[in-house]
Amino acid sequence: MIAEAGHYALVLALGLALIQSVAPIVGARRGDIALMEMARSTALAQLLFVGASFTLLTAAHVTSDFSVVNVFENSHSAKPLLYKITGVWGNHEGSMLLWVAILALFGALVAAFGTNLPLSLRAHVLAVQAWVAAAFYLFILFTSNPFARIAQPPIEGRDLNPILQDIGLAVHPPMLYLGYVGFSISFSFAVAALLEGRIDAAWARWVRPWTLVAWIFLTLGIAMGSYWAYYELGWGGWWFWDPVENASLMPWLAGTALLHSALVMEKRNALKVWTILLSILTFSLSLLGTFLVRSGVLTSVHSFATDPARGVFILLILCIFIGGSLSLYALRAPQLKQGGLFAPISREGALVLNNLFLTTACATVFIGTLYPLALEVLTGEKISVGAPFFNLTFGPLFVPLLLAVPFGPLLAWKRGDLLAAAQRLTAAGIVALIAIALMWAWLRGGPVLAPLAIGLAVFVIAGAISDIAERTGLFRMPLPVSLRRARGLPRSAWGSAFAHAGLGVALIGIVCETTWNSEYIATMKPGQVARIAGYELKLEGLTQRQGPNYRETLAQFSVGLDGEKLPAMTPSKRSFTTRGMSTTEAALLTRGASQLYISLGDASADGGIAIRAYYKPLVLLIWWGPVLMAFGGLLSLSDRRLRVGAPKPARAARRLQAAE
Amino acid sequence: MNPWFVFALMTVAAVFAVLWPLGRRYQSLAGGTEASVYRDQLAEIDRDLAGGLIGAAEAEQARIEISRRLLAATGAETGPVAQPTTRLRRVIAIVALVGLPLAGLAIYLPLGSPQLGDFPLAARSQAPDGKEPLVNLVAQVEAHLEKNPTDGRGWTVLAPVLARLGRSDDAVRAWRNAIAYGGDSSERRADLGEALIAAAGGVVTGEAKGEFERALALNADEVKASYFLGLAAEQDGRTGDAASIWKAMLAKAPPDAPWRGLVQAALSRVGVVAPALSDDTMAAAREMTETDRNAMVRGMVDRLAARLKQNGDDVEGWLRLVRAYLVMGEREKAVTARADARQAVANDADRLRQLNEGLKNLGLDG
Repeated sequence: MIAEAGHYALVLALGLALIQSVAPIVGARRGDIALMEMARSTALAQLLFVGASFTLLTAAHVTSDFSVVNVFENSHSAKPLLYKITGVWGNHEGSMLLWVAILALFGALVAAFGTNLPLSLRAHVLAVQAWVAAAFYLFILFTSNPFARIAQPPIEGRDLNPILQDIGLAVHPPMLYLGYVGFSISFSFAVAALLEGRIDAAWARWVRPWTLVAWIFLTLGIAMGSYWAYYELGWGGWWFWDPVENASLMPWLAGTALLHSALVMEKRNALKVWTILLSILTFSLSLLGTFLVRSGVLTSVHSFATDPARGVFILLILCIFIGGSLSLYALRAPQLKQGGLFAPISREGALVLNNLFLTTACATVFIGTLYPLALEVLTGEKISVGAPFFNLTFGPLFVPLLLAVPFGPLLAWKRGDLLAAAQRLTAAGIVALIAIALMWAWLRGGPVLAPLAIGLAVFVIAGAISDIAERTGLFRMPLPVSLRRARGLPRSAWGSAFAHAGLGVALIGIVCETTWNSEYIATMKPGQVARIAGYELKLEGLTQRQGPNYRETLAQFSVGLDGEKLPAMTPSKRSFTTRGMSTTEAALLTRGASQLYISLGDASADGGIAIRAYYKPLVLLIWWGPVLMAFGGLLSLSDRRLRVGAPKPARAARRLQAAE
Repeated sequence: MNPWFVFALMTVAAVFAVLWPLGRRYQSLAGGTEASVYRDQLAEIDRDLAGGLIGAAEAEQARIEISRRLLAATGAETGPVAQPTTRLRRVIAIVALVGLPLAGLAIYLPLGSPQLGDFPLAARSQAPDGKEPLVNLVAQVEAHLEKNPTDGRGWTVLAPVLARLGRSDDAVRAWRNAIAYGGDSSERRADLGEALIAAAGGVVTGEAKGEFERALALNADEVKASYFLGLAAEQDGRTGDAASIWKAMLAKAPPDAPWRGLVQAALSRVGVVAPALSDDTMAAAREMTETDRNAMVRGMVDRLAARLKQNGDDVEGWLRLVRAYLVMGEREKAVTARADARQAVANDADRLRQLNEGLKNLGLDG
């Protein structure tokens, strides 16, 4: 009954989505408030039903009801409770259900909190949202139904892919989906604006918090996925330019561009048509990511299942939504009112530059990811576009972008003064030069590019600090005045400073990790000592242990640095009987932002075991950077809500009279 | 609870969500307006100016710009027009009342299985019916043996079941007890050794090796023990010994022995091309002329190719085919076979990797 109720709830959600996709638009055309308001109640009801559906599937997983095919194929009664729950979305069907659940969540959020939106815009947005939802409900029900049953249930399940039995699965996919699906809102806003044929600065203001939420989650989701790959796959790598990773990076790049161009639109009523296009493209790239991962075009850790019928269906959804929205764009965009003009050297100009670089970077990733697939389809030839291509193209695009980042916030709107901005950045430039000089002196020879890259990162961070110092008048004015001004500074200013600094922080991590990473690979026997970057790793012994649904070989390492004794490290190798697979559980020892990393390889017959040990200086900065960026986004978001949600009525009214 | 009752309740909730807005009265447009956004922006400029974040001239300029937008926006807002379109509302109400339940059933009935109840594992474990799960039977036998630990037959029955359930450590204990109380035999020694290997994660430990040697002492023809001793030799790096043990097994084996394939696969793993044919055929081949032999080899290769065309999952088979073509000096065919193989296993990352590694060893990667 549990599974069937979940199944029926999903069907009802489809029914509601179909009504929601038509009635509000008709209502908006006829000026019927009741029909427009219907979008809200149906969106909330959709969340109720999809949420129930998801909860009931989770219940089936938790109680190990193997009469549900999805549970049988992906669960095991001996699995710990956490993985029984996360296993719900650790497979194709369940993850699609999570996808629509989050879609419904965003729809319901717009319905509940979008009270500041004009009625007809909200009706249009929710209707477009329902189109997307209906397409995915159909996809789930007809090609990847998580509620399919077995009449004669087997007694034990096939277990979840061991690599996914990790806390990372609890966090990474929901975060990533919140990001991917969050961009559906800006897509819906864009299509709604095109349908209404009306777009202005206020639109950008309304769509911005939603874009920001999606961007924050996508940033965290990508960072989390990268850290997960780093510690779980046992190679010590944190980014592989794997097509699936690229599929998440593309919407991030486009979304970052969108965030910035929406700012121009909000403040200056310019770049309107471009912002609409970016909104459409960002969500299209999210859909493309879903397609690439789910259709089985790519083989990777992420492709849980491959089935041609699903591929065709997703391709169809992709064509309808991307093709449809772009055609609508082509049809309607020329009729939209163009916005204001501005000089190339201005805040707007800097943001356009940012958009140019980000979209080019996005296009580069797009080509690198899809070209091999296209080539294979057309000629049957298999090539792989790997890290060298991306490093060679992505790097040169990001260097000028990073150089320009500190200038943007210092330029005034409309007409900026590059020289003045440069003057205000002198301090940051000097700090960066000192950093480069220090690095050079310290290294004496060695890699040439690394100190320069670190200097660039320091410039970005120092630039973000100078921006704040400039706005608060730090050093120019007495400290109390500066502090008062710092408190009065809009949170979005703090937000952009944090996000930009995060970029620099991540860059330092990337440069240090790739340049000064040391590696030690050997077969060790108990009692032997490995030396890496000054650390002494002694293999004390190997032990066996029985886990709930696996056996593991643990290696105990005692760690010493210059005679000082550090906490022991115990990497392990787990073998899972049900799937006949094994995973490596790397041991990590964090020292500041640096990490010592040991993962186990195969045991040799004479009692030794292959180990890979790495010392990764400042590697954690790679993930602290994105966390900082997301924190900046959060600050900016809190600012929006405060100001849009609670305007000062008295003052606003006075201003209105003055304007008239 | 009857599922249909639950479905009906859910349907009522869904219909209510559609009908509810139709039944309410709306005084005016409840939504926000563009003008309010611009008023916010104006207030923001005041605040920035007061905070000294922007200059007076800039503020004035921005104020003019926003005021212009505000004027345009208030001009565009023609005011709330609420004309209830009764006919339209009626259509939607009917769609909700009739269409939603009908569509729900039309989609759900072919897909769902409303007659199936729940089967949570906990409830099933307690059910004392004939289809009692294996796990429970095992638990019962274990409880029985706890009380009668000298029941050799019981241990002999339990041990292989434990091994199959993956409880290798328990299986080892069970086989030991079976030998202690049920009598020693070569089969039990060999099974004990196998359980030890499983417990060690596939490594033939010294302990396991001892058991196999004891098994062979009891019966020199014990197949399982011989095979695993060969595996032990392979894991120790003595591939030559491993090959000779396995070759000897094949020589003694009856032609229809079910484990032939396994031993041949093991042999090819250590680099010896396994005599895929019975000894008689090999003897016949030795007496053939060069042309005849070539024809025979070619026939075998063609059969292999045909088999792989039907079922391409066999990575080892593909590698054997490519190797055969290379040996026969037919490089183009080898390259074609490589492409076919990649296509056949393209959907399976593990196999693809295995294949590529094999091809690399053959010097035909790329």
